[in-house]
Amino acid sequence: MADGIVLEKVELKLGAKDFRFDCVLPAGAVTALTGPSGSGKTTFLNLAAGFETPDSGRVLIAGDDVTQAHPSERPVSLVFQGNNLFAHLDLFANIGLGINPSLKLSADDRKAISQSLERVGLFGFEKRMPGTLSGGERQRAAFARALVRKKPVLLMDEPFAALDPGLRLSMAGLLLDLHRETGNTVLIVTHDPDEVRRLADHALFIDHGRILLQVPTDEFLARRDIPALAEFLSG
Amino acid sequence: MLTRAERRRGIAYGFLSLSGIALFVGIAVAALLSWDAGGASGRLFTAYTWRILQFTLWQAGLSTVLSIVLALPVALALARRPSFPGRIWVIRLMALPMGLPVLIGALGLIGIWGRQGIVNSLLLKLGLEQPVSIYGLSGILLAHVFFNLPLAARLLLAALERQPAEYWLLSSSLGMRPLSVFRLIEWPAARRVIPGIAGLIFMLCATSFTLVLVLGGGPAATTLEVAIYQSLRFDFDPPRAIALSLLQIGITAAILFGIALFPNADDADAVAGRATRRFDGRTIGTRIWDAIAILLATIFLILPFASIALAGLRANLWRLISSAAFLQAAWTSFTIAITAGLLTIFTSLAIISAREAVADMKRPGSGARGFSAVLGGMSSLVLLVPPVVLGTGWFLMLRPFGDVARFAPVLVAIINMLMALPFVMRVLAPAIETHRTRTTRLSASLGISGISKLWRIDLPVLAKPLLTAFSFAMALSLGDLGAVALFGSNDLTTLPWLVYSRLSSYRTNDADGLALILGTICLLLTVLGTAGKREAKHG
Repeated sequence: MADGIVLEKVELKLGAKDFRFDCVLPAGAVTALTGPSGSGKTTFLNLAAGFETPDSGRVLIAGDDVTQAHPSERPVSLVFQGNNLFAHLDLFANIGLGINPSLKLSADDRKAISQSLERVGLFGFEKRMPGTLSGGERQRAAFARALVRKKPVLLMDEPFAALDPGLRLSMAGLLLDLHRETGNTVLIVTHDPDEVRRLADHALFIDHGRILLQVPTDEFLARRDIPALAEFLSG
Repeated sequence: MLTRAERRRGIAYGFLSLSGIALFVGIAVAALLSWDAGGASGRLFTAYTWRILQFTLWQAGLSTVLSIVLALPVALALARRPSFPGRIWVIRLMALPMGLPVLIGALGLIGIWGRQGIVNSLLLKLGLEQPVSIYGLSGILLAHVFFNLPLAARLLLAALERQPAEYWLLSSSLGMRPLSVFRLIEWPAARRVIPGIAGLIFMLCATSFTLVLVLGGGPAATTLEVAIYQSLRFDFDPPRAIALSLLQIGITAAILFGIALFPNADDADAVAGRATRRFDGRTIGTRIWDAIAILLATIFLILPFASIALAGLRANLWRLISSAAFLQAAWTSFTIAITAGLLTIFTSLAIISAREAVADMKRPGSGARGFSAVLGGMSSLVLLVPPVVLGTGWFLMLRPFGDVARFAPVLVAIINMLMALPFVMRVLAPAIETHRTRTTRLSASLGISGISKLWRIDLPVLAKPLLTAFSFAMALSLGDLGAVALFGSNDLTTLPWLVYSRLSSYRTNDADGLALILGTICLLLTVLGTAGKREAKHG
């Protein structure tokens, strides 16, 4: 099986900060990306998504070298903390954009959109505008779009950070269900040790633009020898 | 959280400024209404007024459409290219026409598009004979676009830049093409603010005075404001002036009502603020398109400025500055401008503190709340009753008491104050409100009040917005021709009036030199006032 996401000797300088990432994220698994604020989590994600291009090194996704590929040419779906939906378009259009970026949709596509909404628990929400939804419902809609895109990799930047704790739990459950159904590779940036425990097979800890640790979740949660990590785990 | 004395004082100041403004505007309108009312009402709908009304609305409508249609590609291009060398200067250039006296802008446009201008000499060389006329409708439209295209572009750009950063990340990740991005993201964002922008520009163009005075003229290209001026100044036909004034008030009231229906177009501090990143428009086609849009707009805006500078430098500046006429006019202008600036500051502070006092009441009665609302509306009264109309009212009022020119400096200063008030309120009110929410409780708990509060707590923070407001009001007054036009004479000459009279007597060389001096002063004031508000650099 091709490896999920590979950052091969990637180096990048942004202003005064420099980043050096060299890692392999296994395919078909959920990897949590953690670290203090400003450590480079979002930069890591941007490198994978194509919003940053490395100064040197290579980025491979699902076996293909995508180092110089435009974001739209990479086999990834994205979910951010907020603003995942265009506020002036209804859910049908928002999700349809995931299938065709000019909204030219076939009958099958329309069916797929409705099914995806049903799958994330938003049955019949096609005509609803994002402003009329709760925060949790909006994130569900973002998941529905990721579903219809059928991309092997899902990149998420703190997707549940704006939700209250009870909701985070049910959203995590939904994410895991979808992950099991599709077998996709998931990279999730998170601030929350509980989320790492709940969701991830592997965890990555970044500090000052370097990967300090990449281990299975159990080991990650047990480690106490890295001060920055210990601080992160104690919340 | 105010002390009782502070609250009482606030209410009193507010009441004072309210009655002052109401009296000043009320007397002008009453004078219009009572002066030979019979004659005026018969003149309200003659073929003449009808034609002028039609032209006023027609040129305003065309100017609005042209400004917005041409501004849209410029704003889209600037939004799509969030970081290129010189971008910040293009955006600053777009703020310049607002700070330039309208009369000076008109001179610059004549320099470029006039009979001897570079555009026509270029076209002449190409074999065309004088195809562009700076006078009449085409000139008025050109000038209105020069002043309002950058305004529209800035407001549209702000609306585009207010879109969440995620939109651009998502659109590129989803692979949207430029047309889809326009249809699904950019146009919906622009569409929301276009009605507000259109209303604002229509209002500015429907009440445009100086540009139409200089570039229009003749019954075929005259707006209501200029017609009012002409009927008083040249024909001395007060009933006609009154009829036109009433018509003007009716029109502005209708436009203001229309604007109130739409959301405000506001560029707050969003312009050039956040470092947005865009990943679309990488194709060579869109690059060329954007480059052309930005380049053409830049050239269109920068040429008149260059023309003012070059033509001005050709004049004998030293002789002009040391001439008695200039010194006299500068003295008059600065006296009026400083008076108007101070009046604006004190009036807006009075209005703000009164509204604060009402907001601070535990249970403001309907009377207090109404008072506060009226105060807010009062600061925009001049939009309803334009300067020329105010001037006309007072002109008729004071004529029985002798030479109107004697009272004119005071009248002009007060009218300038009213003109600056809506803008100054927009600068000061939010600044003071933020300052109050930050410090009121703390000051109250520490018992700081009176002079020491003013000196230690308020002034250090509010000095900058106050300076912005003052320099804006001063620049507006220094460059204004509208209020002084009715009263201008040998006894009362301001700098813009001097430029205008030199221009009308075909001493263009002098006019160019004076224009350069006046334009520089006004732009310096604007720059001084906004010095604190540096636009964030793009990363």
